[in-house]
Amino acid sequence: MTAAIQVNAVEKSFGNVRIIRDLNLSVAKGERHAIIGPNGAGKSTTFNLISGHIKPTSGEIRLNGEVTSGLRPFEINRRGLSRSFQVTNVFARMTVWENVRCAVLWATGHRYAFWKNVDDLPEVKQRTAEILDDIHLSHRRDVPAGLLTYAEQRELEIGITIAGGASVIMLDEPTAGMSHAETERAVALIRRLTEGRTLVIVEHDMSVVFGLADRISVLVYGHIIASGTPEEIRGNPKVKEAYLGEEVD
Amino acid sequence: MTNAPTPSIAAAKQESGGALGFYGVWLLAAVALVVLPLIFSSGGSLTSFSLIGIAIIFALSYNILLGQTGLLSFGHAVQYGLGGFLAVHAMNAVASHNWPIPLPVIPLVGGIGGLAFALLVGWVMTKRAGTVFAMISLGIGELVASSSLILRSVFGGESGITTDRTSLMPMFGWTFGPQIQVYYLIAFWVLVSAIAMYALTRTPLGRICNAVRDNPERVEFIGYDPHVVRYLAYMFAGFFAGIAGGLTAINFEIANSAYLGATQSGFVLFSAFIGGTAYFFGPIIGAILVTYLQLGLTSVTSVWQLYFGIIFIGIVMFAPGGIAGILMKHRPLIRAGTLGTVIPSYLVAAIPTLAFALGIILTIETVARFSGGDPINLLGIPFVASAPTTWAAAAVLLVGGFLVARITWRGVAEAWDRAATVARDRGYLA
Repeated sequence: MTAAIQVNAVEKSFGNVRIIRDLNLSVAKGERHAIIGPNGAGKSTTFNLISGHIKPTSGEIRLNGEVTSGLRPFEINRRGLSRSFQVTNVFARMTVWENVRCAVLWATGHRYAFWKNVDDLPEVKQRTAEILDDIHLSHRRDVPAGLLTYAEQRELEIGITIAGGASVIMLDEPTAGMSHAETERAVALIRRLTEGRTLVIVEHDMSVVFGLADRISVLVYGHIIASGTPEEIRGNPKVKEAYLGEEVD
Repeated sequence: MTNAPTPSIAAAKQESGGALGFYGVWLLAAVALVVLPLIFSSGGSLTSFSLIGIAIIFALSYNILLGQTGLLSFGHAVQYGLGGFLAVHAMNAVASHNWPIPLPVIPLVGGIGGLAFALLVGWVMTKRAGTVFAMISLGIGELVASSSLILRSVFGGESGITTDRTSLMPMFGWTFGPQIQVYYLIAFWVLVSAIAMYALTRTPLGRICNAVRDNPERVEFIGYDPHVVRYLAYMFAGFFAGIAGGLTAINFEIANSAYLGATQSGFVLFSAFIGGTAYFFGPIIGAILVTYLQLGLTSVTSVWQLYFGIIFIGIVMFAPGGIAGILMKHRPLIRAGTLGTVIPSYLVAAIPTLAFALGIILTIETVARFSGGDPINLLGIPFVASAPTTWAAAAVLLVGGFLVARITWRGVAEAWDRAATVARDRGYLA
């Protein structure tokens, strides 16, 4: 079976600094895959590479078997990959409803249409309402996104990410800055909304990672030092040394 | 977490956004356009209405860029002017070949001119938004404006190219010689263009334009190329600017290089910004006000541009949402029924603010007319620019007005806070 995401020997340098060194990663279809690692390990850069936000210096990235390295973000998005951002990244002056609806438009085939009334598209309306329901923001539908609370904005961020119906969802620290109760809510939300899809998640909260992920990859200095099930990662001495700072006996 | 449900916001929005209200507004606008010249029938007001109508189309087209897509253009007059020139050439060609094309179609030719130019240069221009786009638009504006003086066969040099709008075939017995007929021609295009531009904001493209304005980076991750979105917006803006240019050519029966220049580009930026770019109707208010001021002020004072500058700076500093922004800010208060508690503080603040404004006017006119000129007529009181009593009066109004106004505006802010808190409690303000 072809992997949902296949990263082969990817390198990324900014000037003389090699941020990503010989990155190899394989995420199977339907898998929940977490990427962990210390600060500055290159987790967000990895996300940016896979989603097309930045281009790799060398190497190859495949999405569902098709080479996507070198493509623009919207081209990769149209091929079924959608991502969220670590820093909340919504359309601040538009309402919650409009935020989600914009994310639905391309996927429902309306593209750049300037001859259709956007309020008269039943499937768009229905799907937007469903997503709003899913992220528990229906009661805030007419509030400008910029006026939402932080936790609500994070939920909206997830809503925008899943709205297009992408088969591969990438979430960059979705629970960062949330309280314990909010985190629990968000994890339940993520678990439910990514059912049947491939999920790649960057997360610092280990309880989230070990509770959610089928497989975990550990990134240190731009290189994946271990990949495996949560149990394998827990017992891996290299991970303990690099990530938890413990000496190996 | 303030997760308190505010269903009343949604409810209030739905009831006001009904289809009846929507068509009602346009019907009202149509009636107003028809009736207006019957009430104010003097030649002067007809000329003013015609200019205002053109300015409305022009400002609305500019707002497709600035307000809807977040593109600050310093060269929007290029499409307007080229539309005007193409319209003049088309009118002359139609007249000399006796083609059966009536005058009301000509603005469409202007629109195609604006669209064609946007199609040509737009792809390169809209590659980036922000400063890059603003600078390129300025450059293209200067480039075209200066070429218009060099390429004499197309643009007619400094004198421009003239035409005769009555030389086209008449329509329904109208020759479009009298200004009233031209006014109705313009009014027709104002209504059609405004409805079309409003409809554009309600399409998938129109919504994505807003998304590009708010966050072009994010748009790339929901399947859209922001470059294509900006390019399409630029073409629509060019098309409607061209219609405005075509109407100007019909109105004045001439097209010259001034149509294309930076002054004209500045005028449309002024109109849109003063009216308010965040709402569709903002530029309409701005176009009416700025055109009216321009026509009115030129006959009263020689330094009218100075007043324009002051108004513009004042809006940018104190009401960046423009007039539409100020008006819409009061909507939740009206709904919550607390506007009445704010009005007295406005009235109190109005007196010293007016005094301050008079102080500014008196100071400016004193300086402008110091070395000769008519006495300053302020509220029917004549002031002589060289008299020390005038200077003293100006100083008292200026300083006194400012100091008192500052205190009274603090009172307005407090009254506002109270009213807004009540409105929030009642669920009319997020």
